[in-house]
Amino acid sequence: MTARKHTISLLVDNEPGVLSRVAGLFSGRGFNIESLCVAETLDPAISRITLVTRGDDAIAEQIKKQLNKLINVIKVHDLTGTEHVEREMALIKVKAEADYRAEILRIVDIFRCKVVDVGPAHYTIEVTGTDEKLKAILSLLKPMGVKEIARTGAIALGREKKYRGS
Amino acid sequence: MRTLTGAQIIMAVLKEEGVKTIFGFPGGAVIDIYDELNRTDIQHVLVRHEQGAVHAADGYARAKRSVGVCLVTSGPGATNTVSGLASAYMDSIPVVVLTGQVPTKLIGNDAFQEVDIVGITRPCTKHNYLVKHVDDLARVLKEAFHIARSGRPGPVLVDLPKDVVQGKARYKPLPEPRMPSYNPTYKPHMKQLRRAVALIKEAERPVIFSGGGVILSGASKELTAFARKLHAPVTASLMGLGGFPGTDPLWLGMPGMHGTYRANMSIGACDLLIGIGVRFDDRVTGKVEAFAPNAKIIHIDIDPTSISKNIPVTVPIVGDCKIALRELNNLLNEEKVKITKKSRKPWLDQIEKWKSTRPLGYKQKDVIKPQYVIEKLYELTKGKAIITTEVGQNQMWAAQYYHFDRPNSFITSGGLGCMGFGLPAAIGAQMACPDKLVVDVAGDGSIQMNIQELATAVQYKLPVKVVILNNRYLGMVRQWQELFYERRYASTDMEHAPDFVRLAESYGAVGLRATKPEEVESVLKEGLKVPGTTIMDFWVEREECVYPMVPAGAPITEMLLV
Repeated sequence: MTARKHTISLLVDNEPGVLSRVAGLFSGRGFNIESLCVAETLDPAISRITLVTRGDDAIAEQIKKQLNKLINVIKVHDLTGTEHVEREMALIKVKAEADYRAEILRIVDIFRCKVVDVGPAHYTIEVTGTDEKLKAILSLLKPMGVKEIARTGAIALGREKKYRGS
Repeated sequence: MRTLTGAQIIMAVLKEEGVKTIFGFPGGAVIDIYDELNRTDIQHVLVRHEQGAVHAADGYARAKRSVGVCLVTSGPGATNTVSGLASAYMDSIPVVVLTGQVPTKLIGNDAFQEVDIVGITRPCTKHNYLVKHVDDLARVLKEAFHIARSGRPGPVLVDLPKDVVQGKARYKPLPEPRMPSYNPTYKPHMKQLRRAVALIKEAERPVIFSGGGVILSGASKELTAFARKLHAPVTASLMGLGGFPGTDPLWLGMPGMHGTYRANMSIGACDLLIGIGVRFDDRVTGKVEAFAPNAKIIHIDIDPTSISKNIPVTVPIVGDCKIALRELNNLLNEEKVKITKKSRKPWLDQIEKWKSTRPLGYKQKDVIKPQYVIEKLYELTKGKAIITTEVGQNQMWAAQYYHFDRPNSFITSGGLGCMGFGLPAAIGAQMACPDKLVVDVAGDGSIQMNIQELATAVQYKLPVKVVILNNRYLGMVRQWQELFYERRYASTDMEHAPDFVRLAESYGAVGLRATKPEEVESVLKEGLKVPGTTIMDFWVEREECVYPMVPAGAPITEMLLV
């Protein structure tokens, strides 16, 4: 069985220690977390955790069952293989020497990103998209010299049906 | 609605939950709770070490089929419960542990006797709580009991800061909690049960493999009816012993690393394995790829994570063992499935052949054989004692040579394998069943891990009997060193052992000793007869090994035999 990426969306009680239960489950059972994102939902008593993990089908199944077993976990939804939208945001601080400034702005334009901070020798770029898009822009910016990067990790939601009855 | 202090609320909930006995050890952070406890009719058993309190609550819970309760102080009191919690967690035993905590204002300040016990015990409890406000106290305690006993049972820890215990809140009894995020599945899916019945109808060589889940759900009667209907042989994990009568002709003995020849061969040759309330532990499966290689597998368990975790399963059934077995029995009746003893004859004949070619055995010569002590114990107690064990060779010989006909009569630290379990567990079982004979089968190594609990047994006049199979070795590790490490006995020779007879006497217990085979019976007879806590010290063959043995990682059909 081959390992593949799983994006799992969890609804959990918004209580101290819940994140530690989820993280502890992964470390204790030798599963890995590639990224993890937590924030409150509309109901302040409930938080959503979006986590990205990697494993073959049996491991993914175990991960989901184990997450479901945690008392504070209300719902586990594996979005992998279902229709969903997934986004991640990154802030990229790139060296902007005179020779490259125009080129960087062209890349920003093509990728529909924003420059959110400018200095005599740097741009900080805000970029939103899938993991692939982030990788693509990073590979183009790397030659100019990326000074720092901060990524949020993925968040995701399932798609609703487009047409009634479809 | 009344206004009560936190300590009074704790007592109110304990009474609502029907708690009669608490095992514990006081300290600064729990003085208020003890002060209140003293005014109730709940009996407190003062142990000598907090690990003993949790094991005792574990033994109590198993013998009485209810929730065991512990009360300990903050800091070291709390950390000392960790092994007990981990053992109860692995064996799915309902225990509620109440720990004291420093006042909420001091939490995080490295206060005296402060420890983050909720953080420490997160991976070894079913759930745990830190109560931050006295208004939450009643709800949290109700949830703790509810979680501990429902679904797949397990230990729950509730951490109680001193100011919460001293604070006041309005109190009225709460109903059984309803938790949106916690809904165990009891009733199995009908479609899955039908698929199971279809496999059962086809099977020619079925084996039933029952476990702790059968005992926890009280499904022995249903299991026995099921096995007899199928004329299917039954094996049971260490945790499952007693779930099916150990004297029944369909009984195979325990499987796995120290399982019987016929149980392991039957699993190797079966075409259908029906796992009920088991988790296919590595000590049972040996090499996973070679486990039941020709079999389709039906697996009934209340915990979905146990299913297809170690062994891929043909028909998974999530649900309570008792309900599932009852439904299966009903379905077999409805569909008029008739399995005759005659149609099963070739399979049962084959098993009989395995049984008679390689029975469990030993030869009693001039030094006491540990197996002989257990056989004599079985004979003299007519199989009616509650047996607790320590961990290691003593545990395996007890499992092999004492035949358990009733559930909840074999109490052992199965999953964690926690040395020092047996004596405190026996104390708990004796508190739960004052009229029953409770015997701790021990090794000289394990017994020393919680020997201090002898004082507890004597203080509460508990007639617990301790049978020490004394070989002055850490016998199971020594066995591995003999078989797989060219007899290099690194640190397993307990050259200095206490004089257990005088030790018993110094605690106010009775001490007896047998050094020759002909003394075994008389010492057992006397020890079982004298009133009060008793240690019987049997000087057994030092280098006796537990057989059969499957080397770690080998298929279970490849056993080392005597």
